[in-house]
Amino acid sequence: MVVLSLFIMNKSGGLIYHRNFNSGLQSLSANDYLVLAGTFHGVHAITSLINPVNNTTEAGIRGGPPRGLEVMESEMFRMQCFQTLTGIKFLVFTEPGQPNVDVVCKKIYEIYADYVMKNPFYQIEMPIRCEQFDRELGKFLKGKQ
Amino acid sequence: MHRQSSETVRSTIVPFSPPASKHTSMSSLAQPPMSSSSSLRFPQNRKTIYDRHLNRSKTSELSKASFAFLFGEMVGYAQKRVAGIQDLEKKLNAHGYMVGQRLLELYSWREGRSAKRETRILGALQFLTTTVWTSLFNKAADALEKSREKEDEYMIADNEPVVNTYISIPKEMGTLNCAAFQAGVIEAVLDGCSFPCNVTAHSVVSEQFPQKTIFLIKFDQKVLDREAQLGAST
Repeated sequence: MVVLSLFIMNKSGGLIYHRNFNSGLQSLSANDYLVLAGTFHGVHAITSLINPVNNTTEAGIRGGPPRGLEVMESEMFRMQCFQTLTGIKFLVFTEPGQPNVDVVCKKIYEIYADYVMKNPFYQIEMPIRCEQFDRELGKFLKGKQ
Repeated sequence: MHRQSSETVRSTIVPFSPPASKHTSMSSLAQPPMSSSSSLRFPQNRKTIYDRHLNRSKTSELSKASFAFLFGEMVGYAQKRVAGIQDLEKKLNAHGYMVGQRLLELYSWREGRSAKRETRILGALQFLTTTVWTSLFNKAADALEKSREKEDEYMIADNEPVVNTYISIPKEMGTLNCAAFQAGVIEAVLDGCSFPCNVTAHSVVSEQFPQKTIFLIKFDQKVLDREAQLGAST
C-alpha cells in the first residue's frame, strides 16, 4: 500500500498536521496547505448538508452525525476522508484504486489517540508536534509499503 | 423519677409521629442519590480499598491507557505550579517519592518470611532492578552499571520507560524527562532501605531506543563509608 500524504484537521478546519510519505511529491507552500485544508473543510460541510436522504434515519443506520464527502478519486490519486465523532478529520492520499484505506485511517486515528491525546504537552486543537507520533506513524506506514 | 421523665418524653413524641414518619419517608426517597454519591468511596459491599487483602493486586494488571491519562494529568498539574524545567522535575520527583515510600513497605510485606534487609549497595540495587521493576512494569531494568569516574554513582538504564510511553517532550523543554517521577520512586525505595541518595533521570537518545532513560543514583558519603566498613569486615 502506498500512502502518499496525510493531513489532519481540527474541528474548525485548521490544518494541525501534514506529512508527505513519498519523496517525489509536488509540494506546495505552507500557506497553500492551510488554504487547501480550509477549503476542504468547507466542501465537506456542504456535502454533509446536501445529503438527499433523510438525515435522522441515515444516522440511525450508520450511527453518529451525517457524514459528508468520504472518497474522491482522480487519475493520479485517491483521497479518503475519515471524520471522527469529535470532528477531527484525517485525509489520506493514496495511489488510485487503493482498497481498504478506511482500515489505515482507523489505525492512524488509533496512533493519534495514543501518542497525541495522551501526551501532556499537547494542547488540543493546536498543531501536532510530537516526536513519538511522527515515529509511530512512520513505523506503521513504512511497514505497509 | 427517671422513668417518669422518659414517659413524658415519649408522650410528647407520639402526637408528632405522623409528621415524623412523613419526614422519614421523604428521607428514604432522598436516599438513592445520597448512596450513589457515597458509593464513590464505598463500594456496594461496604468494603473499602483498605479492607482488601494486600496480595489481591499482586498479579493483577492495570490499563496502560488509564495510567497514561492519569500520569499526563499529573504532569499537567505539576506544570501549572512551577517556574522552570528543573522545578517541574523536582515536583515529579516528589510525587514519585510518595509512591516509592509506600511501595517499599508493600513489597517487603509481600516477601513475607523471606524478606531480607539489604545492607550492601549492590543488594539494594538488585532488589530495585528486579523486584520493584518487575512488580511495577512487568520487566526487569535493562542495565545496572557503576560509574567509572565517580565512586558514589550508579546507573540504572531503562530502554523504554513505561511512564514515558506516550510522552513527547517539546523542543523548548529541552532536557526535561518525565521519568523524574520514576527517579523519585527509586529514591524513596533506597532511602527507605537506608541508603540515602539523590536520583535523577536523563534521556540518552539512540536510534534503536529513542526513549532510553538513565537513572543516575548518587549516594550520600555515609553510605559509602558504611559500605567500606562492611567490605573490610568480610
